[in-house]
Formats: sequence, C-alpha cells, structure tokens
Amino acid sequence: MSVAEQSIAGAEARGHGFLASSVGRKVVMAATGVILFGFVTVHMLGNLTSYMGAEAMNHYAEFLHTMIHGMGIWVFRAVLLTAVGLHIWAATTLTLDNMAARPVGYRNQKNIASTWASRTMRWSGVILAAFIVYHLLHLTTGTVHPNFDRANPYANFVNGFKVPAAAAFYIVAQLCLGLHMWHGVWSCTQSFGLAHPRYDSLRRNFATGLTVLVVGVNISYPIAVLTGFIH
Amino acid sequence: MSKHLNLTLHVWRQKNAKCDGKFVEYPAENISPDMSFLEMLDVVNEGLIRKGEEPITFDHDCREGICGTCSMVINGRPHGPRERTTTCQLHMRSFKDGDSITLEPWRAEAFPVIKDLMVDRGAFDRIIAAGGFISVPTGSPQDANALPIPKQSADLSMDAAACIGCGACVAACPNASAMLFVSAKISHLGHLPQGQPERHIRVRDMIAQMDAEEFGTCTNHGECEAACPKGIKMENIARMNRDFIKASLTYRPATSGGGVG
Ligand code: HEM
Ligand code: SF4
Ligand code: FES
Repeated sequence: MSVAEQSIAGAEARGHGFLASSVGRKVVMAATGVILFGFVTVHMLGNLTSYMGAEAMNHYAEFLHTMIHGMGIWVFRAVLLTAVGLHIWAATTLTLDNMAARPVGYRNQKNIASTWASRTMRWSGVILAAFIVYHLLHLTTGTVHPNFDRANPYANFVNGFKVPAAAAFYIVAQLCLGLHMWHGVWSCTQSFGLAHPRYDSLRRNFATGLTVLVVGVNISYPIAVLTGFIH
Repeated sequence: MSKHLNLTLHVWRQKNAKCDGKFVEYPAENISPDMSFLEMLDVVNEGLIRKGEEPITFDHDCREGICGTCSMVINGRPHGPRERTTTCQLHMRSFKDGDSITLEPWRAEAFPVIKDLMVDRGAFDRIIAAGGFISVPTGSPQDANALPIPKQSADLSMDAAACIGCGACVAACPNASAMLFVSAKISHLGHLPQGQPERHIRVRDMIAQMDAEEFGTCTNHGECEAACPKGIKMENIARMNRDFIKASLTYRPATSGGGVG
C-alpha cells in the first residue's frame, strides 16, 4: 500500500467524530473548565458576604435557594455536575492517551519551557476532585460537619473553619486550585484557538490576575475565621 | 589550536523495535571542538568498526540543518543544548573536556525504534499524505501576480513552512504530541489562497491521522516550541485548533448528487 492509501485508510477508520478526536476532547476540557472557573469566581465573590456579617451571608444563601422558585439552584447544580463529569472524562481519556504515547521514557528529560503548574495538572485536578466531594459533604449536606445547622449557613461556615484540619485542607485545595487555574486559564485560550501576538501577554496576565484574586480571597476566609476576624 | 576533548558517551543500543534496549558506555577520545556532533559519532564508530564491534546507528542526511533527518536526544534535550540548532549543526565546542553525554532516540509510540538512535518517522509522512497538500492541476505557470497575496501572509506561511519534519517537537513533548508539526503544515497552507479550498477537510483529515498514529495531545507545556530547531511557534497550534473547531461545526458530508442543481 502506498503512503497515501495507508493514511486515508487510517483517517476513515478513525471516523470524523469530534468527541473521539484529541482536539475535540481538548475543547470539551477547555469549555467545561471555563464553566468551572466562572463558577469558582462567582462563588468567591458571593462568599464576600461573610465579611458583612451573619445576616448578609444567610440572606445571600436564602436567595440562592429560592431564586426562580427554588429551581435556580438545581439548574446550577445540573450544569456544574455535567461540566465536572465531562471535564474528568476528557482529562482521564486524554491523560491515558498521552501516557500510552510515550511508553518508554527518557533517562533525564530536561524541561525548558513547561512550568510546575503545567506538569502537575493531573495531580492538582485529582486533589480538586477530592476537595469538591469533601466540600459538599462539609458545607452543603453537613455530613462531615461537627455541628451542622441547615438554617444557619453562616454559623456552619464559621464553626467549620474553626477546626484547624478542615481549614488546612481547604487552604491546600485552594493552592491546588491556583496551580490548576494559572495553567488552565491560559491553556484553554490555546485550546479554543485564541492566540495572537497582540494579546499573548494579556492571556498570561489575565490568568495570573484571576488566579491571585480567586485564591487570595478564598484563602482569606479560613484565615479570617482562625484569627477571629470573622466570628 | 584549541584543546581536544575526551568525553564519555552513554548510548542507547537497541537491536530493533522488538528487542529491549539498554545504555552502553563508550569513550570518545581526542575529539576536536571544531567537529560537528555527527562527526564525533563518526569517529567513535570508526573506532568500533576497527575493534570489530557494531557501530552506533543514527539517522543523518544533509548535515547542513535543512533535512531534519538527524535525530537524537542529547542529555535530555532533542538535538542537544543549543537553541534552534539541529544535531548536525551542533559543534563539539558546546561541550567541555570530561563531559558525559547521554544519547537516546526520539521516544514515542508513534516513532518505533529501527535501531539504536534511529526511529521510524513514517507517521509524519502518513499525516502529510492525509491532507498536507493542495490539489491543483499543474499546467503551465500562471502570471506571477494573478493571485495577490499579502506580504505578511506570505511571510507567515514561509515561517510555518520552515518546519523540516524532524520530530524534535514530539521528542520534547512530555505527551509525545505531534501538534506543533501538524499545525506547522496546516498553517503553511492555510495562510495562502491556494490552501483555502481544502482548508477544512485538511485539518480534519490530518488530525484524524495524527490520532490514529497514537501521538499524544497538547497540554500547552511549550516544550515543543523550545526544542524546535526552526522556531515554529505554538501560535500555529492555536490556529490548527481554531480551524478544527470551525471545520467541525460546519461539517457537511459530501453528497453524490451535489452540484447538479
Ligand atoms: C475535578 C477534578 C479535575 C481533574 C481530574 C482535572 C484535570 C485536568 C487535566 C488533566 C487538565 C489538562 C491539563 C492541560 O491541558 O494542561 C485540565 C485542564 C483544565 N482544567 Fe481541570 N481538572 C479538574 C477540575 C477542574 C476544576 C474544578 C476547574 C475549574 C475550576 C478546572 C479547569 C480546567 C481548565 C480551564 C483546564 C484547561 C483546559 C485546556 O487546556 O484547554 N479543572 N484539568
Ligand atoms: S515543528 Fe519544529 S521540531 Fe517539530 S518537526 Fe517541524 S521543525 Fe521539527
Ligand atoms: S542531517 Fe539534515 S538537518 Fe541534520
């Protein structure tokens, strides 16, 4: 068979499926990643109400549960759950493909351009997944909370972070979020094909700025509780 | 005259794709700093042949940095320590007396080892054959300026066309992804009017073939760009992704009755 015949046979065997293709799954990962980063940004902003006191935060929580006749929160939950599911699916299948693509490694590969964040995306992602489960059991369902009161989210938040181990895990997870976000925000612009020399420094700076803002404010919550600033 | 070098090589020796390989140590003695890296290997091989041993197999052809054949990972970097330099253009003055040098083949599932440092890069040929061309009747040349092309498009196209298909991008990528190579081929045609008719089908076919060859996927580490001897930019990968998204969103299968009215 000629080279041309071999390759066309290959292309047809593979089909033209968007979701089967490597780039298609990268786009899924990027699109779901944007939804998730959008969510963490809004979530971070919403929790600023904790600095305004118990009433403000409980009022905000009530709004979340009652908007659009109580349907709003379920719409959000459905979108987020779908996004997390698709993101993990794309990340897992692509990671397995990538590992299979280099069965024999190098003796000592020199990294010139990659960053610690880019090389640890899989690990920061796995820690985030564990954190998401823990976080829901902690402050949403209260399953692992020492004294959960469904009617008082503010008290749950303050009492929850008074446990140093819980606050510590929360902070570690936020640092992982920072690594994941710093590389992910930049990386997803590449996956969407949004590259132009005119905006290259903007892409990097936006990723850095958003990461510092989200992670910085999020980490301030447990610290504010532990230092007694929020009580 | 500058001082000659004595080096220790740790070379990956592997009989063929099926056998396991291993590192073997060889001295490289009395090496002139003016030699190219490949000439140094020639000297070592002559010594091995004289001793009746099997010489180290490595790929090479033009020895002037334009064919992309020379391929080996030198101390953990494809084509060695210098930026934008192929192995054949690397000189021994980049090393110090007493250095120890590790030599490995490009490592990727899609590039099976033929022998020692030589790998089979046929996967690249099959990706090109899947779509890296334009289909035009090659009659007599038309008037040179019949088709206006902006200078900048011509320049960007030429920059992408500088890719010599060496595979260093795959070798450097922690995922063994070929996306820098494929995107260079897609960009060099995509910047020109002649590349437009097949632009969408090209990106789909080439990516399908790239996947079928079991290359990895880009996670935007940037190692390919840093390793590329021809300075191909990651911007090309973004362009390829953009073309792929557009082509997928607007895909319509060919119909047999198409165009009959
Ligand atoms: C839940 C477990 C998670 C896992 C296992 C995971 C894993 C991964 C992996 C392996 C990548 C690819 C690395 C790369 O392309 O460099 C990635 C990319 C990304 N992740 Fe996650 N991640 C998780 C959670 C999240 C969360 C919570 C967010 C947002 C808050 C997020 C946002 C992103 C974005 C935007 C990208 C970049 C997509 C791209 O490169 O096009 N991920 N993730
Ligand atoms: S993109 Fe650069 S490194 Fe990759 S094959 Fe082309 S010339 Fe070699
Ligand atoms: S031998 Fe041709 S580029 Fe090195």
